[in-house]
Amino acid sequence: MSGLDLSQFYETFFDEADELLAQMEQLLLELDAQAPDIEQLNAIFRAAHSIKGGAATFGTFQKLAETTHLLENLLDAIRRGDMALRADMVDIFLETKDVLKSQLDAYRASEEPDEAVYERICAVLRQLAEEDGAHGAAPAAASAAPAREETMHMPAASATGTSDKPTCVRIRDVSGKDAQSLLEEMGNLGTVLHSESKSGGLSVWMQTTCSVADIEAVCCFIVDADQLRITHEAAPASAASDVVSQFEAAASSFTPPDAPAPSAARPAGNVAAPRPQKAATPAAAPADKESTSIRVGVEKVDQIINLVGELVITQAMLTQTASTLDPVVHDRLLNGLEQLERNARDLQESVMSIRMMPMDYVFSRFPRVVRDLASKMGKQIELETHGRATELDKSLIERIIDPLTHLVRNSLDHGIETPDKRIAADKDPVGKLTMSAQHHGGNIVIQVTDDGAGLNRERILKKAMEQGIPISENMPDEEVWQLIFAPGFSTAEKITDVSGRGVGMDVVRRNIQDMGGHVQLSSRTGQGTTTRIVLPLTLAILDGMSVRVGVETFILPLNHVTESMQPTEDQIYTVAGDERVLHVRGEYLPLVEMHRAFAVGDAQQDPTQAIAVIMQAEDKRFALLVDHLVGQHQVVVKNLEANYRKVPGISAATIMGDGSVALIVDVFALARANREKWSSAAETVLN
Amino acid sequence: MAASPRTDTTRVEDTGHEFLVFALGEEEYGIDILKVQEIRGYDADVVTRIANVPPFIKGVTNLRGIIVPIVDLRIKFNLGKVEYTEQTVVIILNLSNRVVGIVVDGVSDVLMLNAAQIRPAPEFGQTLSTEYLTGLGTIDDRMLILVDIEKMMTSDEMALVEKVAA
Repeated sequence: MSGLDLSQFYETFFDEADELLAQMEQLLLELDAQAPDIEQLNAIFRAAHSIKGGAATFGTFQKLAETTHLLENLLDAIRRGDMALRADMVDIFLETKDVLKSQLDAYRASEEPDEAVYERICAVLRQLAEEDGAHGAAPAAASAAPAREETMHMPAASATGTSDKPTCVRIRDVSGKDAQSLLEEMGNLGTVLHSESKSGGLSVWMQTTCSVADIEAVCCFIVDADQLRITHEAAPASAASDVVSQFEAAASSFTPPDAPAPSAARPAGNVAAPRPQKAATPAAAPADKESTSIRVGVEKVDQIINLVGELVITQAMLTQTASTLDPVVHDRLLNGLEQLERNARDLQESVMSIRMMPMDYVFSRFPRVVRDLASKMGKQIELETHGRATELDKSLIERIIDPLTHLVRNSLDHGIETPDKRIAADKDPVGKLTMSAQHHGGNIVIQVTDDGAGLNRERILKKAMEQGIPISENMPDEEVWQLIFAPGFSTAEKITDVSGRGVGMDVVRRNIQDMGGHVQLSSRTGQGTTTRIVLPLTLAILDGMSVRVGVETFILPLNHVTESMQPTEDQIYTVAGDERVLHVRGEYLPLVEMHRAFAVGDAQQDPTQAIAVIMQAEDKRFALLVDHLVGQHQVVVKNLEANYRKVPGISAATIMGDGSVALIVDVFALARANREKWSSAAETVLN
Repeated sequence: MAASPRTDTTRVEDTGHEFLVFALGEEEYGIDILKVQEIRGYDADVVTRIANVPPFIKGVTNLRGIIVPIVDLRIKFNLGKVEYTEQTVVIILNLSNRVVGIVVDGVSDVLMLNAAQIRPAPEFGQTLSTEYLTGLGTIDDRMLILVDIEKMMTSDEMALVEKVAA
């Protein structure tokens, strides 16, 4: 066994432990300290138990194992009713979870976790256990000792006055697989002293405090009652190591061989009551989950997406070539191509969906954030989330967490008032924070809404003036709200450690824009603020409209195109001689000529002969002048930075059906800087 | 055109480096063969122009699904005559995880040069900074200008790579 390299299982263990910790946190947050749900307590215990089992298995993660061990003992005492759950315990458990997480991260980085933090949390947990021991039931006192479980088990056994002779469980006609499960169950009920399987039967000698009826109840999940015979008799003289080897056989494929003995043979907490749900043992729980999903590296998925993208391009190329063929003669070929197109599209869609993850992944971390911040700031806040099942590209999901955390912090700190202020304003003292996600066309809209005081127009204007940002008194509200996105802007009266340093909102906006999205703010004094983040569903595929300027083809992102028209002479006005605006239904839109922005020769110079595409970027609208509209495509986005660099006015590139490269226009850049000439930027590069 | 340069007649010696020799106008240049990924014919139709970039950047092209920038070294080195003929080829380079294509007038040889055949380069003018030269190579009566292509292509003046601080 020593020859087996356990380190190859580390990653699996880390991933599983991560999941279990997240699960534990969620359960702890849901837990009602006054009336804890026994099922939830069990689930929390199981999570702690699984982590401990895994950590102890490897032998290299002692601190993690020890911390979880202490946590597990406490949880065990609570769920057995030996110890009353208090609200402050939940806080300590949450803190323990954080420590466990950091220990896990440290081990993952092949480092030793922080000794001081470890000592402290262990002391806190021991303290808790001792406190309880002072006025709790006798067996719980043992849990204060970080020693082996057996010490906890023994006094309990003698206290309940069970016969000193071990319990012998004999089961007839049992398959090898069932025998394994039964052995595991026995391990959960007490200490298995010896076991042997002969001619289809299984005999187990165990030291347990469970009553015969309890053991029966557990076994009946696997075998019928008449197959079962339970007595008290001495175990045959056998080496204790036998037990270990028996368990090796029972070990799951993931768990390394000599490990299960400490975890599975442990007399878990089942001493008090039979637990039907124990049919799913703690160790089995993560394994069950894995049967329905597989863990795959992101790069593998990305590779598939790239290949499928190539396939779609090749297919488009074939279709284009085949379109010149006589449909009567090449009937079968064309039919085949049509089918290929359908299949390629379906394949592309399903591959894309692999990358999609539910927003739950993001939302699930906020109850904790809100809980911690609210208690820190003495506010009462209720968090509501909607659209947890809404799916978003994995790369976006990961990048949205920081901006959202920032917005939530802002809402809690500046938005929602303290309970007394809220009562004074005739509001419910409990503030409400709502987070929602929903699909909206080709976009996902994520909203953070609070029912707090709203943005303070006067204060923003005053602050802007202090910082020398050009403002006017009669700016519309929307423009005033945009000011808070200016770098270094903060209206907080005092800087707290939560927010107020003013490095926030501009970073939030930049992050969102980097993801191809934008942020909108709406606010009403006294009623609250809503921040709306609009993001594309995925970065990998884009609905585009191809347009022609001179001999060049560009792609406009379709979700920014609102309409297109051929301008007439009387719709075009000049401003300051050089600039032109387009008058459309009472609105004057700046006219951006593509051929000027991108220095295209031999393009249509006469606007009345060209096509104006009305584009919408954030709240700005402008008319983009192109020669022709070519068509609408779904294009695979390829970034230019991989081998080249960022190009002004261009967000990315794509490969067209004929294999040529077309550039995707950066609508935001065009909207922001339609008067600025790109060429000036290029000149600085040249010189 | 996509013939592997390694199969060329190579004078194998114990020491020294292999260089891919290409022509720019009348001049012969050599670059480290290990930086070369492949050689392709130049097809202006599949190179997409990028607006507002230095003229030596011809644009980007699709190399089996990868977007690759194409640099015309003849424009960069101020060689008067820039023609696109049958002989014009693109050398696809693989430089520190980036793929870049360079347009040259033709590829002639893969040669092995040992240290004795490489002379330090004298100071030149502005066009080709000595910084990017590894030396001048001599084979019979031919002179090869040996270029540290990686250093040159990733330099600021090529504007191919995003400047870190920019």
